[in-house]
Amino acid sequence: MKIKSKALKILLRPIWTDNPVNIQMLGICSALAVTVQLKTAFVMALSMTFAVSCSSFMISLMRKQIPKNIRIIVELSVISTFVIITDEFLRAYMYDISKQLSVFVGLIITNCIVMGRAEAFALSNPSHLAFIDGIGNGAGYGSVLMLIAFIRELLGSGNLFGFQVVPDAVYALGYEDAGFMLLAPAAFIIIGLMVWLQKTLTKGGESDK
Amino acid sequence: MTENLVGLFLYSVFTGNILLAYFLGMCSFVAVSKNINTAIGLGLAVVFVLTVTTPANWLIYHYLLAPGALAWAGLPDVDLSFFKFILFIAVIAAMVQAIEILIDRFSAALYAGLGVFLPLIAVNCAILGASLFMVERNQTFLESVIFGFGSGVGWLMAITSMAAIRIKLRYADPPPGMEGYALTMIVTGLMAMAFMLFSGISF
Repeated sequence: MKIKSKALKILLRPIWTDNPVNIQMLGICSALAVTVQLKTAFVMALSMTFAVSCSSFMISLMRKQIPKNIRIIVELSVISTFVIITDEFLRAYMYDISKQLSVFVGLIITNCIVMGRAEAFALSNPSHLAFIDGIGNGAGYGSVLMLIAFIRELLGSGNLFGFQVVPDAVYALGYEDAGFMLLAPAAFIIIGLMVWLQKTLTKGGESDK
Repeated sequence: MTENLVGLFLYSVFTGNILLAYFLGMCSFVAVSKNINTAIGLGLAVVFVLTVTTPANWLIYHYLLAPGALAWAGLPDVDLSFFKFILFIAVIAAMVQAIEILIDRFSAALYAGLGVFLPLIAVNCAILGASLFMVERNQTFLESVIFGFGSGVGWLMAITSMAAIRIKLRYADPPPGMEGYALTMIVTGLMAMAFMLFSGISF
């Protein structure tokens, strides 16, 4: 019972209190560019979860064998392997989306979340916990991604997942899509506001790092 | 031809700024923009590494990995392009290491300024991102040199101006919870808007 609750804690912590994007400021590099549409954000979140959980699992399995001074390059090759698998899979089964994600799937390799989890968690914990930690971090990252994409797609083009949700009647009343939401600056500003909100809700935490 | 190159340079510095339009290199951007001197140091190191690694990866891609690239070795049907992620990151890491050793050997002053930043750069998304964009956009060798250099300059400009703004922000009085990270992101957003206005320039 105790193990179960520990695993649950590891799973849930990165989703809210220790969110990799909003609190730890990791992985924003690739997070913002794919959030114009919910669909791409969703696929990106799944790819990321797959890559981070599998590579944490593998690295944790090998943690007693990896020599300490070359661990970074070993970690990088494990991560790249899973990213290549993801990329080939997307190319084979979801070609359109993989075109839209373009370079950002490849950039999962240099995403600080994956590397950070490998260094900070997988190297010192048993593999099943590392796997769960990976899923938690992937979900934490994914939820931020989806939320930004939700705001941007809804306000920017009136769609969700590519389906129109703002009824024509509203457009007839003179409502217009905010094209600004589709541009890069909007993503920065939305994430800034989200961090502000979360910091206020969780009452501070640590200040500027 | 030259007009295109000038246009590409301006695009990669301003409208297609690798940080403000493509969000690459955010992690170190947020972490290092607190002090203007370190920001300039890191920015210069990024310019340097991007100018070297983007063309290097162009050569690797076009002579080893692209479909049919191995024709010179008698293997015209081989397509190794799925190897590009792992090979690019290896090239970048090796290049960074080599540059570090060279600088250490020949210029102590430059090493004192840039040395600490070089290892950080190996995992900067902007470097790998530029190489992947180079493949994605089918650039020629010359274009890849210009693109690498221009992206570096764009990144340098962004991080330097951000560091300058953050010095002023120290005296600002934002609502609680907003100081630091959240405020940086919002300022970045405003800066990205300013850079987009350059899109009127065309050659």
